Amino acid sequence: MTQTLRTPALDPKLARIIADFPILARPTSRGKRLVYLDSAATSQKPRAVIQALVDYYEQYNANIHRGVYEIAERATAEFEAARGKLARFINADMHEIIWVRNATEAINLVAYTWGSTNLRAGDAILLTELEHHSDLVPWQALAQRTGAQLRFIPADERGVLVLDDLDALLDGCKLVAIGHVSNTLGTIAPLDAVIPRAHAAGAVVVVDGAQGAPHLRVDVKALDADFYAFSGHKMLGPTGIGVLYGKRALLQAMPPFDYGGDMIHRVEYRDATFAEPPWKFEAGTSNIADAIAFGVATDYLENVGMDWIREHERALTAYAFERLSEFEPRGLAIYGPRDPAATSGVISFNFADVHPHDLASILDTEGVCIRAGHHCTMPLMNKMGWSATARASFYLYNSEADVDALAAGLEKASKVFKV
Amino acid sequence: MDDFYRDYILDHYRNPRNFGHLEKPDVEAEDLNPLCGDTIRMELNVEGGVVRDVKFFGKGCAISQASASMLTETIKGMKLEDVAKLSKDAVLENVGIGISPTRMKCAMLGLRVLKSAAIGRLASWPDEE
Ligand SMILES: Cc1ncc(COP(=O)(O)O)c(C=O)c1O
Repeated sequence: MTQTLRTPALDPKLARIIADFPILARPTSRGKRLVYLDSAATSQKPRAVIQALVDYYEQYNANIHRGVYEIAERATAEFEAARGKLARFINADMHEIIWVRNATEAINLVAYTWGSTNLRAGDAILLTELEHHSDLVPWQALAQRTGAQLRFIPADERGVLVLDDLDALLDGCKLVAIGHVSNTLGTIAPLDAVIPRAHAAGAVVVVDGAQGAPHLRVDVKALDADFYAFSGHKMLGPTGIGVLYGKRALLQAMPPFDYGGDMIHRVEYRDATFAEPPWKFEAGTSNIADAIAFGVATDYLENVGMDWIREHERALTAYAFERLSEFEPRGLAIYGPRDPAATSGVISFNFADVHPHDLASILDTEGVCIRAGHHCTMPLMNKMGWSATARASFYLYNSEADVDALAAGLEKASKVFKV
Repeated sequence: MDDFYRDYILDHYRNPRNFGHLEKPDVEAEDLNPLCGDTIRMELNVEGGVVRDVKFFGKGCAISQASASMLTETIKGMKLEDVAKLSKDAVLENVGIGISPTRMKCAMLGLRVLKSAAIGRLASWPDEE
């Protein structure tokens, strides 16, 4: 069954990376090798990240910004050092890094603070047709609260954004929210083209970087993004921690998001003043362990090299296109751009009349994990006329052998479903 | 799980029985599986408390569609009050073993909708009873 076109020797660097991820060495309950092709949902974690969590809890578990004793000082220092690492990772200043739970919370933070104070009835919010529900529903709610209207940059049938009418769409627009990379199709958004024109039209730009930061080298200064939101769990870090980057001047002018301990400057019974950003936006005890481990995840990514990761995923995507094309005569359809340079390690497809959920179940029996469904982009699915798609997504620890396992699984599905 | 996709299941998936709409249904219900978006609609003609005709409509995976198709064959001629009392076994007897826990909702969607039609309000998930 595991027929392979070629069995490439594993690159030594890739072999070392794979060995750093304990879960990849654990067989499934059916004794299969775990072939994890769902990193767009959440990534696996290297040993160093898992160890960082254990170290915090075993060696210096204490609250931050308060204690004067040794372990509290260490916890505070590590927590703030992690903020510094995240700042360096995207070329920001550490005062511009706000810890949040995830990309979704980061986007809601902007909607509730910057959005609620700056948007008026009649203003426009410009999104794209590719947005994840997390970069759509918060803006729908903001539009309903303020009376602003929603507009959308259209996507063509391959999922590529069409900028022809951008100037008209930007007219009267106060805020642009755009995903860096589509989680459904892998399309990389033309931020270099959109952001300067949005600024020229007087709009503030929020980038949903949930699928961008894990895979592409991000330089928020070069991009000139006003806000950039991303999650730790999609980039080797733990769940429950994410980052909102915001330009300092914008953060200073924004009201707080949550109120309470830690975010204050001085409190009286009837009034309070607030801390400076970023702490103004971090009410209550932070997710200390996960923030520190997120910092370690960025160390790991930097060590491997974001350019190496980009090239590795590009090559893997090209190889996957090649292997999947063998099934096209049997009714396999690939969605999204067919060009590995235009995408970021995500392939959406359907196989004849095999429903993606059935396909995912059959692949699961072979240890191959893929995602099936609407991928939190229901409006995009409706627009394209797909009720669901199967999605394979790659990360630094995937190999050509994983793509071969996917192809072998498709061969099995072809037999079971007689297509 | 791969043993689940036997020929008769695939046959019900590709050639669903009693698929479509009734001209004048006496009772009907519709629901979706929020996890995956599969939908099923059930329409029944009832005479003297007995199911005379049934049609279902929907889209989704082989498990949800085949399970619903087979159910429509089971319930023709059955008393509506007995339809309301059907348990998850009614589906599991049809589709056999081998459904993984994550796919159980797919298998139960048709039955849930059918029971909802029979009792006139949204029934609970048969696998959670
Ligand atoms: C493009 C995109 N935006 C936002 C999110 C939301 O991320 P989270 O669930 O970590 O908040 C995701 C995650 O699936 C995503 O892929």
